Amino acid sequence: MSQLIVDGVSVEIEGRRLVDQVLLDVAPGQFVGLVGPNGSGKSSLLRAIYRVLKPSAGRIVHLGDEVWKVSARQAARRMAVVAQERMGEFDFTVDEIVMMGRTPHKRLLDTDTAADHELVERCLGQVAMRHCAGRLFQSLSGGEKQRVLVARALAQQPEFLVLDEPTNHLDIRHQLELLELIGRLGTTTLAALHDLNLAARYCDRLAMLCEGRLVAAGTPAEVLTAERISAVYGVEATVGEANGLLRIDFRLKQQ
Amino acid sequence: MRIPLALLLPGLAAALALSVTLAVTIGPVNLSMLTVWNIAWAKLSGSTGMWSAAEENIVWMLRLPRVLLAALVGGGLAVVGVAMQAVVRNPLADPYVLGVSSGASVGAVLVLGGGWLGFLGIYAVSAGAFAGAVVSFVLVFLIAVAGGRLWPLRLVLAGMACGYSLSGLTSLIVLTSENRELARTAMEWMLGSLGGTAWSDLGLPAAVLVMGTGYLALSGRKLNALLVGDETAATLGVDVGRLRLRLFIVLSLLTGVMVAVSGAIGFVGLVIPHVVRMLVGTDHRRVLPVAALLGGVFLIWVDVAARMSFAPIELPVGVITALLGGPFFIWMLATQRWRSKDTA
Repeated sequence: MSQLIVDGVSVEIEGRRLVDQVLLDVAPGQFVGLVGPNGSGKSSLLRAIYRVLKPSAGRIVHLGDEVWKVSARQAARRMAVVAQERMGEFDFTVDEIVMMGRTPHKRLLDTDTAADHELVERCLGQVAMRHCAGRLFQSLSGGEKQRVLVARALAQQPEFLVLDEPTNHLDIRHQLELLELIGRLGTTTLAALHDLNLAARYCDRLAMLCEGRLVAAGTPAEVLTAERISAVYGVEATVGEANGLLRIDFRLKQQ
Repeated sequence: MRIPLALLLPGLAAALALSVTLAVTIGPVNLSMLTVWNIAWAKLSGSTGMWSAAEENIVWMLRLPRVLLAALVGGGLAVVGVAMQAVVRNPLADPYVLGVSSGASVGAVLVLGGGWLGFLGIYAVSAGAFAGAVVSFVLVFLIAVAGGRLWPLRLVLAGMACGYSLSGLTSLIVLTSENRELARTAMEWMLGSLGGTAWSDLGLPAAVLVMGTGYLALSGRKLNALLVGDETAATLGVDVGRLRLRLFIVLSLLTGVMVAVSGAIGFVGLVIPHVVRMLVGTDHRRVLPVAALLGGVFLIWVDVAARMSFAPIELPVGVITALLGGPFFIWMLATQRWRSKDTA
């Protein structure tokens, strides 16, 4: 039984097809990584899943409901997103940002309860940001901001996490910590990732996109072969193994 | 440096009550605060007391309605400013800067000069102003959006361009009108004036202010999410399209009604939200009630200054807010964290 089914989804913007008939499914509890070069349609596919880009064809079914047919509120109670939106001129404190994760659970007259504040604190604790609760969001470093946004997603108490390049702007330690955390949470997760070594290490399954098409899906070892990486990324790759982990090296192709 | 709301709101409510009383005592004839309260109480309870008919007239017919209207309009403009800044995600937005006030003026003048919407009686001018506000707000928004994104600089420029054109249109309608009286009243009103307020002017603004602020404060969580970004708001469960449509209507209604009773008073919606955010942060559930009260207090005192600083000549209140607001706007422009990415 799949939690998320992406069934022949295409996304078009101004006549350009960014995602082309992609088939994908994510089983409960899995951490699935979406990999592929820049412009391969990773973000567009994720945006179709989290209801920002309406697909031109196909269906996306989450927990038995088509995601484009439920209300925004209901969708947000099941699915939380960490994306790459830059905040404008206004600033909130870190705990206010995380508290926003409670938005889909609140009705018109509901106030923030003691339980909400406790949850916010716990979520900040999970990303090791509790000490920054009172600080202004804009005053944080890129990595700290990313962790706060993950905490906001956790505060939504979702059944499904969508992450668009969550390790961007993070140093190595924080990259490892973040992916470790997501694995530990056990929440079903679909994440676009750049770093193939990290993807191989932390993801249960990978799906590789190239020019909007799904070119491979399966376990990291099945997807990340030297021939495929060479074809999709246009680089020479060697895939080996070290300490039981997949290890990929790259170099430019000889002219 | 945040002040707890439990202290700030009662404090501001007291300041508002005190400001109303003090502002009524100030004028060519000075009255004591006690007299003001006695007369107001007598009027409300139907009793009589030891004061002259002239004093009663000054308090009840002349000054009190005007001061109360100042409080309503000040609160209304501040609340509109806060919410408008969230809708367009730009701290430089206010109904005056975005040309929405000018749009409301065109609608109001069309009604006054053309005698349109006569079936609405005393609400005709407000209805015209509301229609004008909706049209100009949507127009400015559409001009500012390019390629699915809202550009801060385009927004301010679109607002100014529309504002100028609409002001020109208002002048044209007024100056070519058969109605000579219109030119005089419209002139005073285009500068923003609270002179000649009667009790009957207060009902509609009071009702719209209470309902509008109530709706916005209840939507505070959604406004917060909207301020972060459309995409973020959507993933937090906000139906962004529907919310924005409702906000357009509520904000146009508030702006239209305030402009219909007072004319285009500029910059209150710019100055007050900025000050309030410095006091209580960005969360709209705190900002909106504080802005409503502080805006009221602010405009009461600006109107007192307009009445008294060049007495016996009375300035339109909009002249003072423009003198204060212009430099404030420039200061905000200079200190804003414009990034090349935003303005390019």
